[in-house]
Amino acid sequence: MTRKQKRLAVIGGMGAVLALAAGLVLFSLSDSIVFFYGPTEVVEKGVTPGTRLRIGGLVVDGSVKRSEGNAVGFRVTDGNREIAVSYRGLLPDLFREGQGVVAEGVLEPGGSFRADSVLAKHDENYMPKEVADTLKKQGQWQGDAGGQAKGGAAK
Amino acid sequence: MIVEIGHYALVLALAVAMVQTVLPLWGVTSRDAALMSTARPAAFASFVLVALSYAALTWAYVTSDFSVLNVASNSHSAKPLMYRISGVWANHEGSMLLWVSILVLFAALVAARAKDMPLRLHAAVLGVQGSITAAFLLFVLVASNPFERLLPAPVEGRGLNPILQDPGLAIHPPLLYVGYVGFSIAFSFAVGALIHGRIDAVWARFVRPWTLLAWIFLTIGIAMGSYWAYYELGWGGWWFWDPVENASLMPWLAGTALLHSTLVMEKRDALKVWTILLSILTFSLSLMGAFLVRSGVLTSVHTFATDPERGRFILAILTVFIGGGFGLFAWRAALLKQGGLFAPVSREGALVINNLLLAAITAAVFIGTLYPLALEALDGSKISVGPPFFEATVLPLGIPLLLLIPFGQSLAWKRGDLLGVAQRLAAAVGISVLITIAIFAWTRGGPVAAPLGIGLGAWLILGSLTDIVARSTRGGAKASLILRRAAGIPLAAWGSAIAHAGVGISVIGIAATAWGTERIAQVRPGDMLDAGPYQVRLERTFVRNGPDFRETVASFVILSEGKPVGLIEPGKRVFMAQTMPTSEAGLMTAGLGQVYASLSEFEPDGSVGVRLYWKPLVTLIWIGAIVMGLGGLLSMLDRRARVAAPARAVQGAKAVRA
Repeated sequence: MTRKQKRLAVIGGMGAVLALAAGLVLFSLSDSIVFFYGPTEVVEKGVTPGTRLRIGGLVVDGSVKRSEGNAVGFRVTDGNREIAVSYRGLLPDLFREGQGVVAEGVLEPGGSFRADSVLAKHDENYMPKEVADTLKKQGQWQGDAGGQAKGGAAK
Repeated sequence: MIVEIGHYALVLALAVAMVQTVLPLWGVTSRDAALMSTARPAAFASFVLVALSYAALTWAYVTSDFSVLNVASNSHSAKPLMYRISGVWANHEGSMLLWVSILVLFAALVAARAKDMPLRLHAAVLGVQGSITAAFLLFVLVASNPFERLLPAPVEGRGLNPILQDPGLAIHPPLLYVGYVGFSIAFSFAVGALIHGRIDAVWARFVRPWTLLAWIFLTIGIAMGSYWAYYELGWGGWWFWDPVENASLMPWLAGTALLHSTLVMEKRDALKVWTILLSILTFSLSLMGAFLVRSGVLTSVHTFATDPERGRFILAILTVFIGGGFGLFAWRAALLKQGGLFAPVSREGALVINNLLLAAITAAVFIGTLYPLALEALDGSKISVGPPFFEATVLPLGIPLLLLIPFGQSLAWKRGDLLGVAQRLAAAVGISVLITIAIFAWTRGGPVAAPLGIGLGAWLILGSLTDIVARSTRGGAKASLILRRAAGIPLAAWGSAIAHAGVGISVIGIAATAWGTERIAQVRPGDMLDAGPYQVRLERTFVRNGPDFRETVASFVILSEGKPVGLIEPGKRVFMAQTMPTSEAGLMTAGLGQVYASLSEFEPDGSVGVRLYWKPLVTLIWIGAIVMGLGGLLSMLDRRARVAAPARAVQGAKAVRA
């Protein structure tokens, strides 16, 4: 091989790896991103059942129903609309009625949501960011928990 | 008083850091030796001042001085001493002070070893490091002052987030920070070289030990963080592709690439421009990690401090240093003389492939982590990019990388002999394939990925050690001779073999997770559940008091063929200072595997929800990371000896021969 051919081979090889990487990234992105919606958006956007989604909002007071085998049902609200969620498994420690929650799963034909993972956040002052934005959008946001964390030191 | 001294020392340190930036860099451009030699004392002075300040904050924590806002919001007098000391960095302000402390510590270490370095290079490096220190000191003093007073002082503090009160988490941030900040030295070296205008193999030899040191700490830090998430979050997973985890993975990937490219530069005087670029990139990714975690732009299971104001400040620092670094690179890189081209089949050719794949993986993780942010900024839609994306991109790029490791390691510099390498590695290939087939046959019907992954791990371990074995048995099979030959192999060769074997160990641990089992059940005392080869029986539930918490515990006996072999006690803790409960997982390590239980709610009827896992070989994931770190350490010891005292190394070599 001449020097020029060698150089071409090296550059060609690098190009191939980078093209492969770019292809993988684009293909996986189109395939595996999951959109986040609040309950109002789920209804307004007319999401087709079977789509994978993340939804978030506040757990409606009194809506949590537990049944056999760790099955749980609850409703999530953004202050405007509600959506029923069913879940099978252990709920996180901070899962409470009236608290922010994010669930990932699939929208079912009847308009309810079957979650396969439910997240609540570590910090008792902390609201999941998506939920806070959803509530702000619906005009249901009440103040920033951050300020309270700072000023509440003398408690 | 002590608190005020700490604050004052920090202000002084800012002044010194500015001096450390301006004078030496001025000296470098005007070739004034007197100005350049100010770098060293300035670096020592800022280290002493920041250390003083850090000690003052620690003092406030240890004595529970609640008149300091930071202590009052984050500590509690009932907290054990260890968590009061670690409490210093378990909050935003303190952790930034720790960050600065490590910055100045590294600068002081470079200054201490300055004798071996050309004056211009060392002045340039310390000058750039001083500018980073000054920027972060300004940030600490203006936007997150840990010494702010609170009047009137409260009687009691507000405690530490109980989930953060854990030995794993207590030591995890300092390790990560040493890793992140350690790469600042590589950045300073790169920018220093660009200012200075000269870069050669000697540069690579100086920068490599620092890169290795940072890399070792980052490796161990990531592994500890992963183990913490594994047992503390109670989800049984060890890696979630969470943005904060990715933020630490990206500098690790880029840093790994940097380690390998400095090798090429040191031995072959090639890849100069790329190595400089990689040094800037690695620290940029570290800074970005700090920004992502601190700014609250991401929602993550790990984020515990969020404040957009500070995020903007860090973003400004980020822009200045990343933009400045790359700008300088674009302007000056043409000055650097390119090294010659080399044969594709050679050690350096293999290292180029390594760098290419590592860079591609870094880019994939980068896109997956930042694409949601970019999209939200553009059109407001909220998306999440989860594990499927990362698995689909990282695995196809990572597996070829892993498969090639033993080849690269066995190839010679300049001109490799592919056939000879294949012959030498034939035994390792053969054994790995046999292992894979044997495991396939043994676990027929089980997951396919597990035997393949274990075969890959075996290949990595055997292939990495082949070279060492061949070199030590060359003189014959006599044990004493083998030992003597093995001792004569340079530490760097041992280091790379061991680090790569560590990768193999981790790969085996990861592959074996496919055989794990998960059960979710509602159990009452006396109920039995299966966990792999073990049975687990709930004995009783009870309440007990810890030093500053109350815990409801479910006590499970683990049985193997009817005989009790262990006890796990997962529980729910409620800390006195805060009302939220946290889950404590129960773990029993059996061989290399673990039985893992975490609880959900205790029901009024006396039953409890439990998630029970059997995780075979899971501990290998973290053991592998420790082995990697050990390999890095060996490699570092070898190079350091060579850099510091070539004469001594010659003597040492003579002694071995004698």
